[in-house]
Amino acid sequence: MSQQTSVLYDVPGPRQRRITLIGSLVATVVVLVGAYFLIYRPLADKGQFSMELWGPLVDPSNENFSQVWDRIGLGLKNTLTAAVLAIVASLVVGTLIAVLRIQLKSLTRRRFTGLATPVAYLLRGLSWVLSALTRVCVEVFRGLPVVITIFFVARGFPEFGVTFDTLWYLVIGLTIYNSVVIAEILRSGMEGLPGGQAEAAAAIGLSPAQTTRMILLPQAFRIMLPALISQLVVVLKDTSLGFIISYEETLNIGKQIIGVLGNPIQVYAVIAVLFIAVNYSLSKLAQFVQRRLSQGRRSAPRTGAGGTELGTEAVAGTAT
Amino acid sequence: MSVLIDKFDVFAGGFWLTLQICVLAAIGALILGAVVAVLRISPVPPLRALGTGYVNVFRNMPLTVVMFFAAFGLPALGSNADFLRIPGLDAVFSRLGTDLPYFRFALIALVLYTAAFVCEALRSGVNAVPAGQAEAARSLGLTFGQNLRYVVLPQSWKASVVPLGSVIIAMIKNSALIGFFGVVGDLSATADQLTGAEGYAFIPVAIGISVGYLIMTVPLGALLDRIEKRQAVAR
Repeated sequence: MSQQTSVLYDVPGPRQRRITLIGSLVATVVVLVGAYFLIYRPLADKGQFSMELWGPLVDPSNENFSQVWDRIGLGLKNTLTAAVLAIVASLVVGTLIAVLRIQLKSLTRRRFTGLATPVAYLLRGLSWVLSALTRVCVEVFRGLPVVITIFFVARGFPEFGVTFDTLWYLVIGLTIYNSVVIAEILRSGMEGLPGGQAEAAAAIGLSPAQTTRMILLPQAFRIMLPALISQLVVVLKDTSLGFIISYEETLNIGKQIIGVLGNPIQVYAVIAVLFIAVNYSLSKLAQFVQRRLSQGRRSAPRTGAGGTELGTEAVAGTAT
Repeated sequence: MSVLIDKFDVFAGGFWLTLQICVLAAIGALILGAVVAVLRISPVPPLRALGTGYVNVFRNMPLTVVMFFAAFGLPALGSNADFLRIPGLDAVFSRLGTDLPYFRFALIALVLYTAAFVCEALRSGVNAVPAGQAEAARSLGLTFGQNLRYVVLPQSWKASVVPLGSVIIAMIKNSALIGFFGVVGDLSATADQLTGAEGYAFIPVAIGISVGYLIMTVPLGALLDRIEKRQAVAR
């Protein structure tokens, strides 16, 4: 990163460094004074720093401490359960959708020669309709907000007499949205592969299904791994939407604690820190994986150029 | 299906409110995101750290948490976000001027959250400009600001459009959260209201709401696909 950015300016000399140092010291003082009057004073006047509000969260000797953290632990467990179930389900469903769309696309290009003309036209029409249908489904579910999907699942299923635990509403809602996104990630990964891969597979006699399963999918997974990990971060963040269907995830537990203890700012601060810690380490993992992958590719420059570009684009594209 | 016709004004009103917050939040997030992006690539290390910290915090926090912070934090700071009651602007965007502050809180949360992603989209564009361009500008003696203004940003704009577009689409989808957060009358609150309290059949309402969101997201996505394809050819 430092290489990339430092291209924009010269390395600061001693004079510039001195100016920077003095400037940042002055700025820090100004900011601190400003923060004291604009943030600390109003908060302190309202007693937001009192141990009465913070105690249950940070002071082990507080009577509520263990109970509060038990609840938060339960919330974290529920959040992680929902996230893991949703990501596993989305991966499976997403892979299936991606394979289906690739297969249908290759099917629409087939001319079905050797069959009677009407049958051939019928098959061509059918494959075109199926391909268009999957495309529409993907576009629709990709275009809907995930909040709305979860809400529709939670309201819609009971309407038809199907009721589950709220966990499953959340998981289904998240899976519908994320499987479509993952399908698109994988599909663009497979289409971004050099054409020679599929041709070589066909040349050694693999069927289209075998080609997808043994040649295209593994490479697409590898190229798209960073994008998939950042999607994991998105899923983890989106589990916090469980509060709209009153699933007991971290945020909802936080609301319950606030209901009893009346310390919203403190509880939300703790929850925010928890989320940031987990997601930040996941993002770092994604960066690490991306660096490793690009290192691996540098030794094999044939797939390098196109693949790297695709990977970064997809990462930027899925960042919601 | 009659609910779609009977309650058309409710759906249209919800659509209009969602569109309002999206336009306002997009403008705000683009401005704030551009500022943060410049901070992140600036030559001054403390500013760089500030930008990086901002992005790390807001990118890793669920929007829900940001919204709750806005709703509980700002009143505790003694602010009702009244600075957003901009005269003239609240004539068009009527919710900016109402006494209930939730629209303004939601707007602030959405802007703060989205700005982090805007910053990353802009930065990925800057990184896509070949290093030789900035080096050549430097060897001509351009300063950091001139370098950005005359050489790097005009070129990075092209590479930023598509990621920026996906950020805006994501923001439109995220705006659905405001309905569950005290803002009355946007599309998602309409869904809750009609299926819950007013007891309308579920499917027609779901179709109406979905169409409302898809009108905003799908054409934008198709446009981005076109731009991406054209750029791929141009490259």
